[in-house]
Amino acid sequence: MSYRNDPYDPKQVALLEQAALDDALAAAEKAFAAAADPDALAAIRHQHLGDRAPIGLARREIGALPPKARADAGKRVNATRAAIQAAYDTRLAQLRVEQERRVLAEERVDVTLPTDRRPRGARHPLTTLMERIEDLFVGMGYEVAEGPEVELAWHNFDALNIGPDHPARTMMDTFYVAAARAGIGESGMVLRTHTSPVQARTMLARRPPIYVICPGRTYRTDELDATHTPVFHQVEGLVVDRGITMAHLKGTLDHFARGMFGPQAATRLRPSYFPFTEPSAEMDLWFPQHRDGPRWVEWGGCGMVNPRVLRACGVDPDEFTGFAFGMGIERTLMFRHGVSDMRDMIEGDVRFARAFGMEV
Amino acid sequence: MRVPVEWLREYVDAPTDPETLESALVRVGLEVEQITDLRASVTGPLVVGRVVEIEELTGHKKPVRYCRVDVGESEPRGIICGATNFDTGDAVAVALPGAVLPGGFEISARKAYGRISDGMICSERELGIGDDHTGILVLPDGSTGQPGEDARALLGLDDVVVELDITPDRGYCLSVRGIARELSHSLRLPFRDPASVVDAPGATDQAPHPVRVEDPSGCDRFASRLVRGIDPTAVSPQWMRRRLTHAGVRPLGLAVDITNYVMLELGQPMHAFDPDRLSGPLVVRRASAGESLTTLDGVAREMHPEDMVICDDRGPVSLAAVMGGANSEMVPDSVNVLFEAAHWDPVMVARTARRHKLPSEAAKRWERGVDPRLPLVALQRAVQLLVDHAGGEVDPRVGDVDTVADPAPVTIPVDLPARTAGVPYEPERTVELLEEVGCTVRVDGDRLTVTPPSWRPDLTDPADLSEEVVRIDGYGEIPSVLPVAPPGSGLTPHQRRRRTVARALAESGFTEALCYPFVGEAAFDALGLAGDDLRRSVVRLANPISEQEPAMRTTLLPPLLATLRRNLGRGQRDVALYEIGLVFHPRHGAGDAPPALPVETRPTDDALARAESFVPDQPWHVATVLTGEVEPTGWWGSGRLTEWADAVDSARNVLAAAGLGDDRVSLRAVEHPPWHPGRCAEVMVDGMAVGHAGELHPTVCESLELPKRTCAMELNLDAVPLPPVVPAPRISGYPPALIDVALLVDEPVPATDVQAALVDGAGQLLESLRLFDVYTGEQLGAGRKSLAYKLTFRAPDRTLTVEEAVAARDAAVAAAAERVGAELRGA
Repeated sequence: MSYRNDPYDPKQVALLEQAALDDALAAAEKAFAAAADPDALAAIRHQHLGDRAPIGLARREIGALPPKARADAGKRVNATRAAIQAAYDTRLAQLRVEQERRVLAEERVDVTLPTDRRPRGARHPLTTLMERIEDLFVGMGYEVAEGPEVELAWHNFDALNIGPDHPARTMMDTFYVAAARAGIGESGMVLRTHTSPVQARTMLARRPPIYVICPGRTYRTDELDATHTPVFHQVEGLVVDRGITMAHLKGTLDHFARGMFGPQAATRLRPSYFPFTEPSAEMDLWFPQHRDGPRWVEWGGCGMVNPRVLRACGVDPDEFTGFAFGMGIERTLMFRHGVSDMRDMIEGDVRFARAFGMEV
Repeated sequence: MRVPVEWLREYVDAPTDPETLESALVRVGLEVEQITDLRASVTGPLVVGRVVEIEELTGHKKPVRYCRVDVGESEPRGIICGATNFDTGDAVAVALPGAVLPGGFEISARKAYGRISDGMICSERELGIGDDHTGILVLPDGSTGQPGEDARALLGLDDVVVELDITPDRGYCLSVRGIARELSHSLRLPFRDPASVVDAPGATDQAPHPVRVEDPSGCDRFASRLVRGIDPTAVSPQWMRRRLTHAGVRPLGLAVDITNYVMLELGQPMHAFDPDRLSGPLVVRRASAGESLTTLDGVAREMHPEDMVICDDRGPVSLAAVMGGANSEMVPDSVNVLFEAAHWDPVMVARTARRHKLPSEAAKRWERGVDPRLPLVALQRAVQLLVDHAGGEVDPRVGDVDTVADPAPVTIPVDLPARTAGVPYEPERTVELLEEVGCTVRVDGDRLTVTPPSWRPDLTDPADLSEEVVRIDGYGEIPSVLPVAPPGSGLTPHQRRRRTVARALAESGFTEALCYPFVGEAAFDALGLAGDDLRRSVVRLANPISEQEPAMRTTLLPPLLATLRRNLGRGQRDVALYEIGLVFHPRHGAGDAPPALPVETRPTDDALARAESFVPDQPWHVATVLTGEVEPTGWWGSGRLTEWADAVDSARNVLAAAGLGDDRVSLRAVEHPPWHPGRCAEVMVDGMAVGHAGELHPTVCESLELPKRTCAMELNLDAVPLPPVVPAPRISGYPPALIDVALLVDEPVPATDVQAALVDGAGQLLESLRLFDVYTGEQLGAGRKSLAYKLTFRAPDRTLTVEEAVAARDAAVAAAAERVGAELRGA
């Protein structure tokens, strides 16, 4: 070891020889290359870059040199040290990449393993189909109106121009609510046979303009089989406003059809009869996606709200006109998705709903 | 209504091509149920044969004939026949080998009674054109073709039969006349009205049989004609039997067949009495209490005072408009016939038919409206047909008690149809279309006074006339115009909430089921409900699908658990279901029954409110049921079985989806069937119970055949308040201080109470806390448990010091000590 004012020591000065510096660099490069991983590299760092490493010792000698030699030696020592540091950094980066590659390779898994640790549920396609219809109409400014399933016979029949002796009343296959006790006659209530009583409730509750869509559960005394069910769903639309015509009905149905079945879909009206509409029509849908090829399918009933219905619900038929339409949700799901048996929609088998998931 | 096209074509040149015919019918609103091409009903050779020789084969149990029949070949064919109603020289229908008759009956040459039978001589029934099987079908003279000619045309087997679904407003289309008229509108072709060609004599002073109508409100017309001395053995002509059969009416006997035929042809239901079986004048009146009548179907019926009856001196002889009586009907030796053609009150008929469960063909027409101008025409037609085929002498007297009111004219603005349809009909066009359907139209400026034809009692309102204009012009002419609705306000908060809740449940593993809402006592018994449980108070149906399930559900669970069981029965093991639907609780309104409400005007709010007070309470409920593994076993290890906590969590999930924070939801242990008494949580929002969740009672699982430890949850969604507008939290960027505490409490202390105490005690600095361990063990002592919480403290405006955090922790523990007797474990 020598200090600034020590006598000149040729042996130690040999550290500053260019050959010695070159050796130090070569030794470092060799050692770094031999290190197998970043830890091993770190472990030998001080041997080549530390204070006691050849380059560290050489640096210490610089101060003892005569000023003339000092600048030259300093330049060379620093250059060599920078080269060793660069070799170290390069090797370290290289080893890190290698190590990372190795670890990642070790951590490889079979990504095709099943991952269903949290089973998914599903919504019933009848519900999601109704919501889809609701959304279509809400987008047009309609609101969604609802009513009770156990309904007053007046709302279900009388208000809709289906008097007590009307043939349509017996055609409806109605569930009647039993009287609360014997000897007081009829209960005056039914399980609603259609969603149309919601029309009456809506008109009784508010003034036109009325633009509503009424989805819901309905009941008729059919036995369950492949095409019938005593409990089913309908959706009904009602518009009451000034100057409403059948052309507006047709336009709305066409828009509805395109919204549900694509731009090729269209509707066709056929004369029919419903007590609560006059004129009345059956509505056929041009269904391009039918599994047996594009064709007309029966979709629902519709018509201009019978002025008698308007009057019973407190709407002046001289001021307002309206249209109404309705269709079965089960039926719509059946042809839209090719359901062949009604029971699949009814029985609550999870396999059915799961096939649809969260949307239809 | 079934109609042979051949019959229709008598009155209008209807197309026979099924497709063209169908679209023509549909265009005017006649819905086609089915079109049957009879040409397809018999295939192979069916020819006219002439019987050349008959050889009676004796020695058999029944008569057997071996016939030689000329079928236009070089030699007559030998055919065995069991019938005896024909002679040599008769023309018959012969099915030759290779023919296939209705029902897939294949004809081949076969050996019988020692002879070769080389074909079959057919009866009406075998050909599917009639019901007669008493003998073979002998073709009438004159109309027959040459032997060997195809026999189909002669038999009407070249015809097409249309089956139509007639809507209730079109009573007149329950006749060939009515349908032909509609076709003429649809096809723009002339209509040959069968009624207009009948030359009916008017009423005479005296009726052929005295009649008294005592109740003209029930019967505003009663006409009658009498024919004496007919040949009682005369049978209906084959063409009539064929038309009746094709129309779906069974031929019975000449007089009755004629009444049915005229009903089908013109739409006028009629009745044939044997006047010799009547005693004294006919009286048309309401039935008296206690009267009874055995109708033609052999059923003895008690009359109702609203029923109309036709009586003689001894009492009712006919349940008017619906069905005749057995005591006065035509019998095989009747030689005199009294035809009746009346007009009855539709409402009376509807009620009578319903009351006696007799939806007869006549009643169906009366209910829907019959042309009151028809009776004399129909009588003349019937009398003529009878005389033509059975001889006899027509009594010149025509009875007619007629109090029918003229159709009331309806006044409409001339542009009403145009305004209804959105089609700019010219006034002239509107008038033309109304006249086309038979209306008489008077034009007064911009108003039309329209008198509907007698056969259209349904045309009473201006809207009815609009419909006729639009219908006859064609619905296809209506343009498509989308109306613009005023801005709406979207889904209601309740509607949005139902969707969010449904989605949350589906996303957390539950599958939606939409169950029938019917229940019975057995379901409540299986749930272990006490006798006075409110859920047993049900809305009952008068006519349920099943007597076992006669009521509407008061809880979603019975149908949902049945659906769970169905899924398990189909091999599923891990099932989680939910349903969102209505339950029904009866309400006892003001009085016995809802008040009668008017339809001519809007009922008053008061009347509506009184009626509404009877409508059952129908809240939306949400329920979940689950069994099996809630997390499945897989390559990652074993799964986790459903437990009570999953049901409770589904309730929390619903409430969270409904926008209610944990701070508003609380639980407490309750005993509430059908749940396990020790594993049932009452779920509360703001301290108000909204439902229950937990594990089902073992007995309930057993009686419903469900796996042990099946869990369930049910909430009254309508009882859950809507979420408030949530004030946004201030998010602090300062670091949290985390401190764990383990508290010792007595076993029965609910965790929720401990937590509430900690929260209250900790004060504002507590950001959150989480129970991360529950421990019981000997070293704690019997009846003690340790609850370990991780508390997270944080200040909004600074980094908490250790002292501040510890002080808050100590305050929390102190509150727990004070409120639930908690001790800090290890302290």
